[in-house]
Amino acid sequence: MRSETAARKLTYAQAIQEALRQAMEADPGVVVIGEGVPDPKAIFGTTAGLREQFGAQRVFDMPLSENGMTGVCIGAALCGIRPVMVHQRIDFALLAMDQLVNNAAKWHYMFNGLKSVPLVVRLIVGRGWGQGPQHSQSLQALFAHIPGLKVIGPATAYDAKGMLIAAIEDNNPVLFIEHRWLHNINDVVPVDSYRTSLDKARIVHAGNIVTIAAFSYMVMEALHVAQAFAKHGIAVEVIDLRSASPLDTDTVLSSVKKTGLLIVADTARASGGITAELITRIVEQGFDHLRKPPTRIALPDHPAPTSHFLANGYYPDAVNIFEEICRIADIKLGADARAQILHDIRRINPHDVPNLAFTGPF
Amino acid sequence: MLRIRRVEEALAEKYAEQQMRCPMHLCIGQEAISVGVCATLTNQDVVFSNHRAHGHYLAKGGDLKRMIAELYGRSTGCCGGRGGSMHLVDLDVNFLGSTPIVGGTVPLAVGAAWAARLKGDDRLSVAFFGDGGVEEGVVHESMNFAALHRLPVLFVCENNNFSVYTPLKERQPNQPIYKMAEAHGLTSWHGDGNDVETVFNIARQATQAIHNQQGPQFIELSTYRWREHCGPNFDNELNYRTAEEITTGMAACPLAKSRKNILAAGTQSMDQLQQLENEIDREIAAAFEFALSSPIPTYTDAVGKVYAQ
Repeated sequence: MRSETAARKLTYAQAIQEALRQAMEADPGVVVIGEGVPDPKAIFGTTAGLREQFGAQRVFDMPLSENGMTGVCIGAALCGIRPVMVHQRIDFALLAMDQLVNNAAKWHYMFNGLKSVPLVVRLIVGRGWGQGPQHSQSLQALFAHIPGLKVIGPATAYDAKGMLIAAIEDNNPVLFIEHRWLHNINDVVPVDSYRTSLDKARIVHAGNIVTIAAFSYMVMEALHVAQAFAKHGIAVEVIDLRSASPLDTDTVLSSVKKTGLLIVADTARASGGITAELITRIVEQGFDHLRKPPTRIALPDHPAPTSHFLANGYYPDAVNIFEEICRIADIKLGADARAQILHDIRRINPHDVPNLAFTGPF
Repeated sequence: MLRIRRVEEALAEKYAEQQMRCPMHLCIGQEAISVGVCATLTNQDVVFSNHRAHGHYLAKGGDLKRMIAELYGRSTGCCGGRGGSMHLVDLDVNFLGSTPIVGGTVPLAVGAAWAARLKGDDRLSVAFFGDGGVEEGVVHESMNFAALHRLPVLFVCENNNFSVYTPLKERQPNQPIYKMAEAHGLTSWHGDGNDVETVFNIARQATQAIHNQQGPQFIELSTYRWREHCGPNFDNELNYRTAEEITTGMAACPLAKSRKNILAAGTQSMDQLQQLENEIDREIAAAFEFALSSPIPTYTDAVGKVYAQ
């Protein structure tokens, strides 16, 4: 029987806050730093109460110096501190590319393994409400291209807590990507501290018709579709990739051996993205198991527009995934079944918000 | 200083043999800064440096044999051959690393100082960089944060007037670099970087101020790079600097000045100085021998240690 505490639910944002709190309680070397960390909004609530509990020495705001402060965190990490740095938008981390790519990623390698950089950088991906070209990029592939960085993107509150604790305890630089539309999603989250592997994908919905491998928020869209299909006895397998680097090819390959069909869904642009990398690997390693060419559901090759009128159509969603499943798996639904599934998965909110409770500003 | 000079000259001499196959930035002419600053540090104080790092590494006490082996790409090198001249490290003496992205290690020195503050350690950090370094935004970001939290860090700017072949006047308005540090709220110092006693006296006061909780300090020291930006040769034929400038710059040799002072003061005789030089040359010869007789790594040694356990 599930105990009451084990069934406790938290939002993704609350799970992050709890992970930070427990990691800071466990290790006095853990510090949290970022623009707005101790401010009244507390990074969408994810850092709420930390300064009160751990003090201003360990819970820090910072100057608008993304590159310099990343270097400061790297220097501290080389001297026994475990910094957790937060960027309210992943776009801001582009200012820190020199320190992330030239120093954090390479320090362990270029100095022959003498030292490592235990640094976590939380990067929030925005979407909707007119955030436009510079506040809603999904840059996992950009970072995943760099050896020495780990790039993870939990999709559930359970994984957000477990993977953040594991990332803080990891001795490498870990980029922890949070999609803003996941922050308010509830999940069962154990009260105690726990660790979730940073390099393993997870089957979140078992099936045998088709494999959908999804990253971050796209896991939620894929799950909606899988659940709607399940009512009609059609079992779609959904894999939550959880990590862009390393990319767990084995879990996807095992699934493809079963289904013979692969769709990869990402929150980012298709070209040069992790969808491309994953499909390449599956083609290289499992070509004979594929019954049809794998396909991608991802963003088109242009930046996000701001106007919600212009953005209506930019983001693929559950309906796109549904249609692609029907096509690739050659599923012929009756009119009623099709209407039922579309009814189940169609977005009822305005397209530019995660839910009706969201009224901006970002 | 003499040891650093003789090491650099030996490297320059042997570089043409094409066995040290990596970019090398010699610090001949600039030795007084490394020596004068590092003489004020304890072993536990940490140093970060840049592409022109040999002097900083040796002055902090870095292992000469492992440095030479690194330049030859051998397994016994301080980075096992992964770094070369532009990536030196010796954790035994807290020389935490040098890298060639200009300004790139300056925030790391500030971060090390921040860690010392968080852990209550009485150790300071030093960042060595050049006049080009202060043109990097990250250096100003570093100074701002260090000043904001009064962190125990010493910024050392070696002003040799050149970024590669481009003179300072083509890169910065005509104003002293140390004034920029003052504008950030740092206590700043400046002086003749070719006079080791001047460097030592300034560095001693600056490090003492840091130990006295007076916050981060900035030192600008003028000096002169004798040879080409990268490589072993003199480069007078390139004509980016006048013959007169080169003559004047080399006449300000920190070693010559020091030697004159030592002999005048009578603390060492000419014979003793010659004996010292002979000892240094023997040590250098042994370091080259160590490097050249060290195991040669293979590609299989290059693939691991991307991630720490």
